[in-house]
Amino acid sequence: MGIINKIKEQRFLFEELTKRDFAKKYKRTVLGILWSVLGPLMTLGVMALVFTQFFGQNMEHYVIYLFCGNLVFNYFKESTFTGMTSLHDNAGIFSKINVPKYMFLLSKNVSSLINFAINVAVLFLFCIIDGVAFNWKFILLLYPIGCLVLFSLGSGLILSALYLMFRDMKYLYDIFTLLLMYLSAIFYSIDVYPLKVQYLFYLNPIYVYIRYFRKIILENSIPKLSFHLLSLGYAVLAIIIGTIIYKKKNYKFLYYI
Amino acid sequence: MCKAIIEVNNVSVDYIVGDLRNIGLKEYVMKKLTRTYNVEHFMAVNNVSFKLYQGDMLGIIGTNGAGKSTLLKVITKIMAPSDGSVTVNGNIAALLELGSGFDDDLNLKENAYLRGAMLGYTREFMDKKYPEILAFSELQAFEKRPFKQLSSGMKSRIAFSIASLIEPEILILDEVLSVGDGAFREKSEAKMKEIIKNGKITILVSHSISQIRRMCNKVLWLDKGKQIDFGETDDVCDKYERFLKEGNSEE
Repeated sequence: MGIINKIKEQRFLFEELTKRDFAKKYKRTVLGILWSVLGPLMTLGVMALVFTQFFGQNMEHYVIYLFCGNLVFNYFKESTFTGMTSLHDNAGIFSKINVPKYMFLLSKNVSSLINFAINVAVLFLFCIIDGVAFNWKFILLLYPIGCLVLFSLGSGLILSALYLMFRDMKYLYDIFTLLLMYLSAIFYSIDVYPLKVQYLFYLNPIYVYIRYFRKIILENSIPKLSFHLLSLGYAVLAIIIGTIIYKKKNYKFLYYI
Repeated sequence: MCKAIIEVNNVSVDYIVGDLRNIGLKEYVMKKLTRTYNVEHFMAVNNVSFKLYQGDMLGIIGTNGAGKSTLLKVITKIMAPSDGSVTVNGNIAALLELGSGFDDDLNLKENAYLRGAMLGYTREFMDKKYPEILAFSELQAFEKRPFKQLSSGMKSRIAFSIASLIEPEILILDEVLSVGDGAFREKSEAKMKEIIKNGKITILVSHSISQIRRMCNKVLWLDKGKQIDFGETDDVCDKYERFLKEGNSEE
């Protein structure tokens, strides 16, 4: 009874907060949701045009290559950017009512996750158009998706706590994500670098997840076990650090507002 | 004697103020480097102890900055005491500030459900209670209105209606009964008396001594975080009023 009720209560809170975040974000318009899918597609179109026409990129299935990079990076960016302010935006609530604080981050992430899911569907559509053959290995994509979601949530926990403490985090993080984008090999291939440098790219979790997508979709190959462990390792690490901060600061957060 | 529902044991809260609020990383580093980073600690609540039993209605009195709201935050587990302990047996519905946790873009019904969820109830429970809450607040005509279009009196009505009608074991009200029109105030006082009669506990913070005298059977008097007195209503209220008079005549 106790545990089932607890889950029910938490689910109710999660649903109501999600509803609120949706109402605020899209102002109850369908076009709002449509826009968040069209946006990334237009960016993709511009990037594809620029890199194939102006920079002479002639890789096979380049649009799909680009799409994989954009898809992963955009989800991470959106999820962490909206997540970053989740604690601060709800300061008026958690300083007056005792609620589990991670709920604010979770509910804010729902819309990014829906966008991500729609974009994955569009990616598959592009695969069909571009003549990339589907195979059973596509199902394995659930693994990097799971890791990516966990990694983004963990990063969101860390960022939301930092943002509460330092209000200029947003600008710093803005610059950081720009750097991250260039380091994630979204529109270029790392083959031109020496092998040692190529390994350095694996220090970037986002690159790891993008690479997984490309291996499955474009190279039709399953990554090694060590690659799987690395993917999961980053995700678990982010979640652990985030949880520790939230646990330690749980009663301290309200001093910062 | 039966078991205490709320037991507050030598509770102290070390409150932090200063530069940690509203600071940027750049400022933080600069202040640390120039050694001007300044954080002050003070005892917002200092060694407070009391016990409440079934059917008690506690009034907390004291001047501004006495630590009343901080103490309530400790009881509702929003803050952790830096010393001492608080034991609470039962679920709490607290109204620490009117309108807090309500969202301006949602309508009245959505806000009521959101509040219910935050207070730790289930959807089934809210489905059952919501008609009653709406009826008590007398705001049926405003059900579908966005919250920002409601007056603050209306917001406080719905807030009180939710907190009192979900039948919490412990109801905590911080300065909330002073709003709303006269008729609704009477109605809410009657509702609170009914809650207490059912053996529930209520904690009320108010600057209106007459209201405390009318409603409460126990009173806690705080001053600058310290517990000056805890006991029977008339006894403590008399002392407090004498204290207020003396303070004024000295000036």
